[in-house]
Amino acid sequence: MKDNSTHGYLDMDLLRFTTAGSVDDGKSTLIGRLLYDTKQIFEDQMEAVEAASAKRGNGDVDLSLLTDGLRAEREQGITIDVAYRYFATPKRKFIIADTPGHIQYTRNMVTGASTANLAIILVDARKGILEQTCRHSFIASLLGIPHVVFCINKMDLVDYDEATFTRIQKELEDFSSKLEVRDIRYIPISALKGDNVVDRSERMPWYQGPTLMYLLENIHIAGDLNHIDRRFPVQYVVRPMTQEHHDFRGFAGRVAGGVFRKGDQVNVLPSGFQSTIKSINLGEREVDEAFAPQSVVMTLADEIDISRGDVIVGANNLPESSQDVDVMLCWFNERPLQVNGKYAVKHNSRDARCVIKEVKYRMDISSLHKADGDQTIRMNDIGRVQLRTTVPLHFDKYQRNRFTGSLILVDESTNETVAAGMIV
Amino acid sequence: MHSYRLTHLKELESESMHILREVAAQFERPMLLFSGGKDSIVCFHLARKAFFPAKVPFPLLHVDTGHNFEETMTFRDELVKEHGAQLFVGSVQESIDSGRVQEETGYYASRNKLQTVTLLDSLEKHKVDCAIGGGRRDEEKARAKERVFSHRDEFGQWDPKNQRPELWNIYNGKKRPGEHFRAFPISNWTEMDVWQYIMLENIPIPSIYFSHEREVFKRDGVIYANSPVMRLKPEEKPYQMRVRFRTIGDMSCTGAVDSPASTLEEIIDEVASSRVTERGSRMDDKRSEAAMEDRKKEGYF
Ligand SMILES: Nc1nc2c(ncn2[C@@H]2O[C@H](COP(=O)(O)OP(=O)(O)OP(=O)(O)O)[C@@H](O)[C@H]2O)c(=O)[nH]1
Ligand SMILES: [Mg+2]
Repeated sequence: MKDNSTHGYLDMDLLRFTTAGSVDDGKSTLIGRLLYDTKQIFEDQMEAVEAASAKRGNGDVDLSLLTDGLRAEREQGITIDVAYRYFATPKRKFIIADTPGHIQYTRNMVTGASTANLAIILVDARKGILEQTCRHSFIASLLGIPHVVFCINKMDLVDYDEATFTRIQKELEDFSSKLEVRDIRYIPISALKGDNVVDRSERMPWYQGPTLMYLLENIHIAGDLNHIDRRFPVQYVVRPMTQEHHDFRGFAGRVAGGVFRKGDQVNVLPSGFQSTIKSINLGEREVDEAFAPQSVVMTLADEIDISRGDVIVGANNLPESSQDVDVMLCWFNERPLQVNGKYAVKHNSRDARCVIKEVKYRMDISSLHKADGDQTIRMNDIGRVQLRTTVPLHFDKYQRNRFTGSLILVDESTNETVAAGMIV
Repeated sequence: MHSYRLTHLKELESESMHILREVAAQFERPMLLFSGGKDSIVCFHLARKAFFPAKVPFPLLHVDTGHNFEETMTFRDELVKEHGAQLFVGSVQESIDSGRVQEETGYYASRNKLQTVTLLDSLEKHKVDCAIGGGRRDEEKARAKERVFSHRDEFGQWDPKNQRPELWNIYNGKKRPGEHFRAFPISNWTEMDVWQYIMLENIPIPSIYFSHEREVFKRDGVIYANSPVMRLKPEEKPYQMRVRFRTIGDMSCTGAVDSPASTLEEIIDEVASSRVTERGSRMDDKRSEAAMEDRKKEGYF
């Protein structure tokens, strides 16, 4: 029925990656280069970019215009908000989040990075490590991104010099020994000229490692999800109330961890009731098991009261349940975090409120130590904070599970999302 | 050993189902914007999967420019009947008749821009607090910037420079009275993903996506269907041709492609080798460099 190309496409996996690094280090240009060299740019897009570059009067075609889509971004030549781009090679399908380097827009960088399996952190070979390099590397580590690739960019501007690359790599190694990232790589590139992006550079024969594209296509990602601790946050209760399905009560959600099978013993939190899984449905199709990150509907053998915000978990492996929650917070709002202030919390499908009990410390981003002096958490700061919630949350540590270990805070007067929290 | 791995289409499907359920749970009165095009059809299919065996818990809303392909309308009505869905129609013609908007004139007249007023009026009339759309980020550079849960102020406006952070799969749908949200469950899908999924799941789509004989004419290099809504210039002569449509929008701004593709497999091969984006044949985006951003700020889909 299908030829090989079609068939291959139906069997690809998905890698989500993000770019990071300081302003003008070349993130958007790199994405443009990746798309261009893998021939993913359509004629009408390229024409539009050529026309826009010409209008700006610079000789070269500015590949960053492929992702900087907002008027204000094009006018200022910077990225303000995340742009999502998509491409596929015969091996993999990619979702790219191109994020801004400017400190003012750190919240948008965190948005793009929160779902990534891999982060490309760019460093300008002329400038080396900057404060934003540190901030973004630390955020990538906090967000539990398992793979980080440091691309030392603009090698064309340092005569493709090996010593420059080695020195920056050494500095990055010293710095990142304090981070918790499983897999770190270093590549010398020129996003503008294309060296070591998709095609191997002839101008850096001293570099023996893989190109960026090779890494993106081959990095092993299957082990990045938690298939051990069974967690199923209930999003929605499905009640058809039709003749045919008169008494049907199904619990819809997305598996956040582990593998659930028909007949499994489960606990429901917060009630603590026990039951067994009677059925699992994925759409019309009944399935024997469901694993992260599948969206399914479960029914249980017993009539128990379950609603949105509850969580169904494996009977012999419970998450932590507590109203006292210790988090690393990234703060996004102009108004600083208010100690004793009250915020709305969203954790999985559960909505609650909380009060900020205490700031344990604020991080000094460049040293990765606790900051001295003023502990006020301001916009773009990161700190360790103690929350007290109105109802218990059922969670795992973020390092163990990115879904059940994450939460956001919402300002109740403006409804803005003011912080991302990773439970420690 | 068993490997717990999802293909990218299954992962996208799962993400979309999760988003649709979040919409149903967080809003009082969501509606699915339904144009009869492939993206809204896929959204409806995903919604059926997300809530099975219950019915899709929100109605469909069609913003009708009055300049539709007949095949799309027939398809829409059959789908509504088959699945017992509830359909509301917001009519651009009514907006014109009641003086809410003024019809454009001239050869390039299109009702595309007028839709925004009809859309916002319909949302207000039906007290819709979240309009679910089939927009995809790969369609256009301004769309590439939009959140899955996208906030609109009381005037229906989008503020692209000040969007809420959107982390992990936690969606913040909190808002004040009078404001609303747009939600885009298939944000992360590409045109190719949509076609592959239609094939994988065997989803019916309107016949005009497949190659067929039709009376057309050419303008500025774009092939348009000849119809009473188009005003031809004296030198434009209609002729018969085998074409199909890559997107289905308002007749006055949707170009056809010269194509023999009459099966999904053939369409997919064609999409794979195509050198222009699907919106490349839409006049509405060509009006200026930031045409889409400007329309979206005003409240367009
Ligand atoms: N010579 C040289 N210039 C580069 C290279 N990569 C990027 N540039 C230039 O550096 C400037 C900034 O590039 P962008 O891609 O916009 O930088 P960015 O990191 O996306 O910046 P923000 O998103 O605003 O943080 C542009 O003028 C690029 O042409 C490179 O490898 N070599
Ligand atoms: Mg950029």
